[in-house]
Amino acid sequence: MTVEIRTKGVKPLAISFGHLQRRFGDKPATRYQEATFDIQSTANFHYKPLWDPEREMFDARRTAIVMKDWYALKDPRQFYYGNYTTTRAKQQDAIDRTLDFVEKRDLLRGLSQDTRELIVHAIVPLRHYEWGANTNSAHVSAYGFGTAITSPAMMNTADRLGMAQHISRIGLLIDGNSGDSLQAAQALWTDHADWQPLRREVERMFVTRDWFEVFVAQLLVADALVYPLFFQQIDAAIAGDSGSALSSLSDALMRWYEETAKWIDAVIKTAAAESADNKALLSGWVQTWRDRLLPTLTPIAQRALGNKADDALAATTAALNARAAKLGLAV
Amino acid sequence: MAAEGNSKPAKKLSLKENYALLTRGLGWEPSYEKKEDIFRYISFEGVKIHDWDKWEDPFRLTMDAYWKYQGEKERKLYAIVDAFQQHNGQFNVTDARYVQALKLFINGITELEYDSHRGFNILAREFPGVGPRIAAQMQSLDELRHATTQIHTISQYAKYFTGMNEFPYQFDRVWYLSIPKSFFEDAVTSGPFEFIVAISFAFEYVLTNLAFMPWMSGAAFNGDMATVSFGFSAQSDEARHMTLGIEVIKFLLEQDPGNVPLVQKWIDKWFWRGYRLLSLLATMMDYMLPKRVMAWNEAWEIYYEQNGGALFADLARYGIKPPKRAPETIAEKGHVAHQMWSVFYGVRDAVGFQTWLPSDEEMAWMSEKYPDTFDKYYRPRYEYWKSLEAAGTPFKNATLPQLCQVCQWPCLFTESGDPTTLSLRESEYQGQTFHTCSDGCKDIFDDTPEKYVHAWLPVHQIYQGNCFLPGVDPTAPDFNPMYEALRYMGIKPGIDGGDYKGSADATNWENWTSRPANIHEGAYTDAVRDTANPADASARKTS
Repeated sequence: MTVEIRTKGVKPLAISFGHLQRRFGDKPATRYQEATFDIQSTANFHYKPLWDPEREMFDARRTAIVMKDWYALKDPRQFYYGNYTTTRAKQQDAIDRTLDFVEKRDLLRGLSQDTRELIVHAIVPLRHYEWGANTNSAHVSAYGFGTAITSPAMMNTADRLGMAQHISRIGLLIDGNSGDSLQAAQALWTDHADWQPLRREVERMFVTRDWFEVFVAQLLVADALVYPLFFQQIDAAIAGDSGSALSSLSDALMRWYEETAKWIDAVIKTAAAESADNKALLSGWVQTWRDRLLPTLTPIAQRALGNKADDALAATTAALNARAAKLGLAV
Repeated sequence: MAAEGNSKPAKKLSLKENYALLTRGLGWEPSYEKKEDIFRYISFEGVKIHDWDKWEDPFRLTMDAYWKYQGEKERKLYAIVDAFQQHNGQFNVTDARYVQALKLFINGITELEYDSHRGFNILAREFPGVGPRIAAQMQSLDELRHATTQIHTISQYAKYFTGMNEFPYQFDRVWYLSIPKSFFEDAVTSGPFEFIVAISFAFEYVLTNLAFMPWMSGAAFNGDMATVSFGFSAQSDEARHMTLGIEVIKFLLEQDPGNVPLVQKWIDKWFWRGYRLLSLLATMMDYMLPKRVMAWNEAWEIYYEQNGGALFADLARYGIKPPKRAPETIAEKGHVAHQMWSVFYGVRDAVGFQTWLPSDEEMAWMSEKYPDTFDKYYRPRYEYWKSLEAAGTPFKNATLPQLCQVCQWPCLFTESGDPTTLSLRESEYQGQTFHTCSDGCKDIFDDTPEKYVHAWLPVHQIYQGNCFLPGVDPTAPDFNPMYEALRYMGIKPGIDGGDYKGSADATNWENWTSRPANIHEGAYTDAVRDTANPADASARKTS
């Protein structure tokens, strides 16, 4: 038998905020909608920014991409702060169990010296790549237009710090928490010939002003090359020789990459479908950055994969091209 | 990578060591691009930083720790918000006058949290050091959290009460909401160092407790579980932000003696600007909370005069003096709440919340709290206005007020030491006259007139005809400029503002809760059943 508790029914004056009713009709709003749509100021700005006096504080003209409605760029994950942090916290619990497992059994320290050196050489310097991605993502969220794109970009900024720290932990699991591997990785990143081409392009993104171009360069192109190459191809090669200790830790990075790709893809697809001009711009950026970034990965891929490097890079590029085509771009 | 290093047991790391290893070395000296092309905004203000690594990151949170800590807080908070909504918690507040204060909160404060998020986001991109970048990133996320949790808790109220349903739209357009809007836009459009001194130090460190403690206690006293919950959940974030504020100041002052006068100028400016913004709380605390916590002058004494005094005594060794205009704030503390409420009451048809005259009980409280000022200057005014209401000729001010070019408050404040003379200041700039409300605001204007001449002053804009919706014809015979300006601002004329008694909020409140809409005046309608004294109820019906 169901017991119905009688409560006093009061009909609300409105079922959701006015701006949400105008967008989504007269129905209850989700928390994602409440936290996201129309939140950023759009009118009657008071002062010219001292750091950019030609434009308003929030200004759609900081990119060449044009959208009739910037809130068309929805996040399919529907992240707002609360479900973002609880999702990441839950994922981190699982990661912590793996880290604990690997540490207790000395799984990384127990690898052969060659393998350990390879991980320090080919994986740990990516902590700097992630810090660069953090900078680039912060650029998108700082200068982007509309909460729909800037909020998930802010969360992505935080994610990249988290990824940089996760990769750093891989180093600490190898060096027994001395930090030697992190120092070695920094020297590799700043001085070793294998890493200089990639660092050169990361720094080029730092001086790229159009935030949507930075979004494409970093989050679509660079990540689509780096993540599968390092955390699938190179990871698999190491696992083939030395077992899956490293893979148990790269797994979190790949899962994060795949989750984030859903958001990236939704943004690109919507922006490309908006106009032929957008499509041409986005396609051009993908080509330019792909052609810049791809050769930068060759030295490190060759060191880690030897004669399989070309195949790995070709597969990664083909996957990026197919993905871009699926998003409506001509690459 | 030495072989013996691999056989020793792994070192145990303290939290500090762990944080340092996972954070400090992440950055690098760029060599392919020039540093000044990567971090473009850190030199134009003239601040000198010699060693970014001297920055002690006060948070020392790795990202995973942040997610877990914050995720746990969110789980708890949303459990309460869910319960609040399910049980119609919006009807548990003292009376619907309290909700009028909440309207100022959602319409005026929530978007400030959002602007703060974006401002810290710029710092998160532009500071060259890893430590300050991470601190700014975490605060940026926290501020996004505050905007979000405020929207999610207050949205329940917006469904049942007028005037809360268009907060982003109103924030950009309503005339008195340009006070908070211009405050934060001033900070975000400044350089990164002025922003962090303004917000992290002057606002968060010196003034936030003043906003936080009385306001959250007020929410608790008046049964608003939703606001109390997001407020207290935000408090642990605020504690981190305050630590950042004092860290920033010490870092800047220790890096170069040339930074001292710049920091002093920003402290003077942002203390005054923050004070003018927060003194809105004065009228909320003294007039809008049906159950009062403390009076504004008491809050100012505790949270500025005592706490701030100790803080600035501590900073004296760096050559920092207390804010230049602090004495004015102390001189005004017995007046601002009353002067503001009087103005809002006068223009009540042009605001998005309802006003009322204080009851006898409330005036007795104010006489006690403000023995030197209330009975002498303000009680007679309210009693006169009460007599006008009783005579059916209530006082109304149909003229929009002159706004201050800097703080954008109506020029309603009086001269220090002479509460019967309005404080008005003028500055000439490029052949035009600009009006300010005080010496504090005039200082700010005169220092950077080229910035403040751009201020979008709503009253000026209304009178210039820039605040009408598309399609409105000012030459039409039935054209009503006030009505049209209100529509432009997103205020429903005759519904959102006006007299509290007889308003939709007051009437709905009594219908829905069977409790009086004003606990000090008794029921306005027959919807409130007076079970304690039925004779009173029937007497009221016949009166």
